Amino acid sequence: MRKPLILFPLVFLFLFVFASAQTPPTPVDSLQAVDTPDDAGGQVDLTWKPSPDEGRAVSPVIGYQILAAPAADSTFVPIGTASAGATSVTAKDRLENGRPYYFKIRAYAMDSSYAESEVAGPVVPKGSWWNTKPAYLRIVIWMVFVVGFILYNIRKAGKKELYIRPIAGIDAIDEGIGRATEMGRPILFICGLGDAAQAATLAAFSVLGRVAQKTAQYQTRLIVPCYEPIVFTICQDIVKGAYLNAGRPEAYNEKDVFFVVYDQFPYVAAVNGIMLREKPATNFYLGQFYAESLMLAETGFEAGSIQIAGTDQLIQMSFFIVACDFTLIGEELFAASAYLSKEPEQVGSIKGQDWGKVIFAGLSILGVVSVLLDENLRVHFFGFFRKLMLNE
Amino acid sequence: MMRREIPLFITSVVGFIFVIRFFIPHEPFYSLEDVSSSWIQVIQAFAIWLGILNLLKVSLDKIYKKERGWGYSGVIIFSFLAISIAGFFFPLWEERPAGYSYLQHAREFLKPGTSFDWFYWYVYSPLSSTMFATLAFFIASASFRAFRARSFQATLLLLSGFVVMFGSVPVGNVLFGWLPAGWQVSDIADWVRNVPQVAGQRAIQIGIALGIISTSLRLILGLERAHLGREE
Repeated sequence: MRKPLILFPLVFLFLFVFASAQTPPTPVDSLQAVDTPDDAGGQVDLTWKPSPDEGRAVSPVIGYQILAAPAADSTFVPIGTASAGATSVTAKDRLENGRPYYFKIRAYAMDSSYAESEVAGPVVPKGSWWNTKPAYLRIVIWMVFVVGFILYNIRKAGKKELYIRPIAGIDAIDEGIGRATEMGRPILFICGLGDAAQAATLAAFSVLGRVAQKTAQYQTRLIVPCYEPIVFTICQDIVKGAYLNAGRPEAYNEKDVFFVVYDQFPYVAAVNGIMLREKPATNFYLGQFYAESLMLAETGFEAGSIQIAGTDQLIQMSFFIVACDFTLIGEELFAASAYLSKEPEQVGSIKGQDWGKVIFAGLSILGVVSVLLDENLRVHFFGFFRKLMLNE
Repeated sequence: MMRREIPLFITSVVGFIFVIRFFIPHEPFYSLEDVSSSWIQVIQAFAIWLGILNLLKVSLDKIYKKERGWGYSGVIIFSFLAISIAGFFFPLWEERPAGYSYLQHAREFLKPGTSFDWFYWYVYSPLSSTMFATLAFFIASASFRAFRARSFQATLLLLSGFVVMFGSVPVGNVLFGWLPAGWQVSDIADWVRNVPQVAGQRAIQIGIALGIISTSLRLILGLERAHLGREE
């Protein structure tokens, strides 16, 4: 007779838990759907107030399902998910531009019970023709300003001769070619590990063209071991073209511009071997470099070569400064080709670049002053610069 | 004319399109980056064959003419053949899983346990790591030359290097523990890293950004032509 009495509270507890777990969660509230701004289209931003049952003790809400339909009364299909705690999501699957969509959020509880929100919509996703984010507007202002300045200097260069400060590293390029010619030893030119789309590699191509033209004139051997296959084909064409320009196509040796390997350390091993065997008089390292920069430069030093380097990689720049005779720092790599060409328009672009630096230096000083000055004065007088510099 | 004008025209048009693409999220501009990336991959696939053929040609020529260092070319040819055979033909001597055709099996040459995988882990990887490890010695020899106090700048570099090195290891604070609080060697090292170094790096970065803009403009406007090779 005692057994039913013991079972009674257990049965009651089971029924209580079962009944609680089966209670569907409270749906999300205030669902809003808007077309995602500044995108290519096909996206809708959804925001909502989360279900208060995310934190309930029994069967809490564990996630949300995003449902969409072409009409409010048609069947809603799932197009995405969001985890518990989320209050927004960008729906991007299965949405087409120019068609209206309605949205619902389904809140899921741990026991698979769920509740759906009110319907939001209709929203018609569409692409934007202009990115209206403030950061982009700032970039446009900067770009127009800097580009305009460089273009102005290019235009001005056609009218009068412009003075360009001497750049030791670039002046050393001619010295390096002359040294190799006098010593009767080859020149080694390395375009780095970057691909042909990198600005540093493009700058290296331009310098290679000018170096090749001089080596053709002086009949000095030019060795160009390449890392990247596309860069290799371009280098071949540049050197071949330069020898043709110099009127010495017969001096071009296609075996001296060659592909080595598309892998960092095997490439270093091969180039270091070439340096130690061929003992080049001058080594050029222009382009993008990584960990191999110091290995190459130190081996070149051991081989007794004069070394000229330039890269846009900050860390590697310090290695080159230590190990090479001349290093093109920062924008000097990009100015090298224009500097060597002596063409007025190209020189004008360097002038514009230099003036750009002066303006940036001035703005940096204004920025520092604005931070140091009194709060009120800063807001009123320097607020514009502060916003511009700090992206506020 | 065609050889120079057409590439210049393509460079200008593509350069300009990619500049405005940054500000226009709408199609067809939006997909341009993906499309160009696919094109580059296709071109690269062809270019890598050109590269391989060039490497083989140069190496075989060296061996044939017994030029200086032809033995290294022999190593290149041998390695190339060994890894290619292991990659392409390993199903010929390795156990094929049940239900797999040779073609299906061949596609999985990168999986653990294959000959290609063996070459990668037991030949390529140790050799590559060895090369990387030599960097430590190169750093030591470069530091030895750079840290000689021959001028004021070199002395400054030596002192900074000294402070940063001691500030980065626990023994630094033990040796210089007598310094007042806030002036410990690690504090000074942090300051060197966070203030003068960052200031210098940012100045260089601004210069690089301006240089890239200037170079791009010269290319887009067709002022820079040295990369196009021959003039006709």
